Amino acid sequence: MRAPRVAIVGSGPSAFYAAEELLKAGVLVDMIERLPTPFGLVRSGVAPDHPKIKAITAAFEKILAAPGLAFYGNVEVGRDLDVRELAELYDGLVLACGASADAPLGIDGEELPGSLGAGAFVGWYNGHPDHRGLAVPLGAERAVVVGNGNVALDVARLLLSPPERLAATDIAADAAAALAASRVREVHLLGRRGPVQASFTPAELRELSRLEGIAVRVAPEDLELDPACQIELDMPHADNARKTMKLLCEIAAAPPRPAARRLHLHFRAVPAALLGRGAVEGIRIARTVLEGPPARRTASPTGETFDLACGLVVRSTGFRAPPLPGVPGDARSGRVPNRDGRVTLSGRVLPGLYVTGWMKRGPSGVIGTNRPCGQETARAVIADLAGRPVRSDPGFRLDALLAGRRIAFVDREGWRRIDACERALGAEAGKPRQKLVDPAALLAAARGRAEAAAVP
Amino acid sequence: MAIVVTEACNGCRYTECVAVCPAGCFHADERMVYIDPATCIECRACIPVCPVQAIYDEEDLPGALSGWVEINATRAPLLPAVEEKLPPLKAGAA
Repeated sequence: MRAPRVAIVGSGPSAFYAAEELLKAGVLVDMIERLPTPFGLVRSGVAPDHPKIKAITAAFEKILAAPGLAFYGNVEVGRDLDVRELAELYDGLVLACGASADAPLGIDGEELPGSLGAGAFVGWYNGHPDHRGLAVPLGAERAVVVGNGNVALDVARLLLSPPERLAATDIAADAAAALAASRVREVHLLGRRGPVQASFTPAELRELSRLEGIAVRVAPEDLELDPACQIELDMPHADNARKTMKLLCEIAAAPPRPAARRLHLHFRAVPAALLGRGAVEGIRIARTVLEGPPARRTASPTGETFDLACGLVVRSTGFRAPPLPGVPGDARSGRVPNRDGRVTLSGRVLPGLYVTGWMKRGPSGVIGTNRPCGQETARAVIADLAGRPVRSDPGFRLDALLAGRRIAFVDREGWRRIDACERALGAEAGKPRQKLVDPAALLAAARGRAEAAAVP
Repeated sequence: MAIVVTEACNGCRYTECVAVCPAGCFHADERMVYIDPATCIECRACIPVCPVQAIYDEEDLPGALSGWVEINATRAPLLPAVEEKLPPLKAGAA
């Protein structure tokens, strides 16, 4: 029997784990990626000072090298191809496009220059072509990060890192230069709920608390727990919360030491407004009180507020999947409605359309979370294909279709050339890699042209 | 800091960890699994899914279990990698 063909849109972790599972079942996979480069948030989300986690690309490279898989980079679904035609051309279509849009706060002043989404800020320091040249005002001593997840801690850590800490990483060159000249010395991190509900992991907090030259501070009153929070902390699955709480108590109890760079953690604090004329000059912060039963606590403002002067506010309160024509969305959750990875519309499964990763489950979890997630979606595809005749045209080739539309795609070999070029540039600079951030430079490198080296 | 499998896995081997490991760094003998620190990316996805809390961040490892850092590092490379869930060894285990 002829092998079915499935297209996967996106090339982040969930895309690769879905591909791996499909390939094992003998399905042919075309992986379509908007950027010239693969690996999604492993390339453009994981912080440059976390090289160990980035090493997971070695596992993805193995999948990328599989004979049953073809990579089509620099091809945008919604512009170069649309969802409806892909659904017709393939036996299944898996969307793994992530959640790249920053969730808004919905407060006054949010649109002022100096107010940035974490997605944009993280993309900027990681060399994502969409965010190159981002205006990041680093002239004021104080910056505020809104949010209490690992991304918020990444942002705080990068803002406070002395330049020499980042020198030997693959941080984007323009971001490294801007951060080296930064006058930010104090970052305030705001969590709307309490320390028990903080969603960053104890490992990330511990890393920050140990960095040379950076002092982490938290007010003891911010760590006081009401009875419901105490019950939540004592729940069987709250291991991470207990570790985090222990660490926070140690931080609060440590004698204050003078430090050139400081991180202040605030709990039960939400932004009420960004202040400033023409640009962010400060933030109004509202105190909150927690309500509701353990494990389902919500925060409401008490009416008490205080202002902090600052020149930069980074909002790290979640991400949403941007709408994609032809695909149902849910504006509230920012996810695509689905059942075990099968896309649904008003509760009914849309045959042949699947979703995985952040688009499927929302912006949470670590890289490992994507393996069962991608596998579950792939198994849904395989189950639906079983016992059905292969529908796709055996003569169809995506490369021919793209060539007909004059779309210059980057294949596996093209990515290998980009990779080699970036590693060579990095070696000259004493870094693991010097990312190319200009799409033109990436495409030149993919074609093996030397001028790529001149425009990083 | 390494992530290590400890005594509680011995004779149990649920392998929930294997299903979430993105790096394929688990290796098994007939009794338990071990993490190869050379391939582990320290994402810690495996720690909360272990039904018997056998997996620790080296940072949180109780003193009595400190020998397991060395055991994981030396045993894992000698054993075959496991990338799929195995039947648990304990009777009645899920």
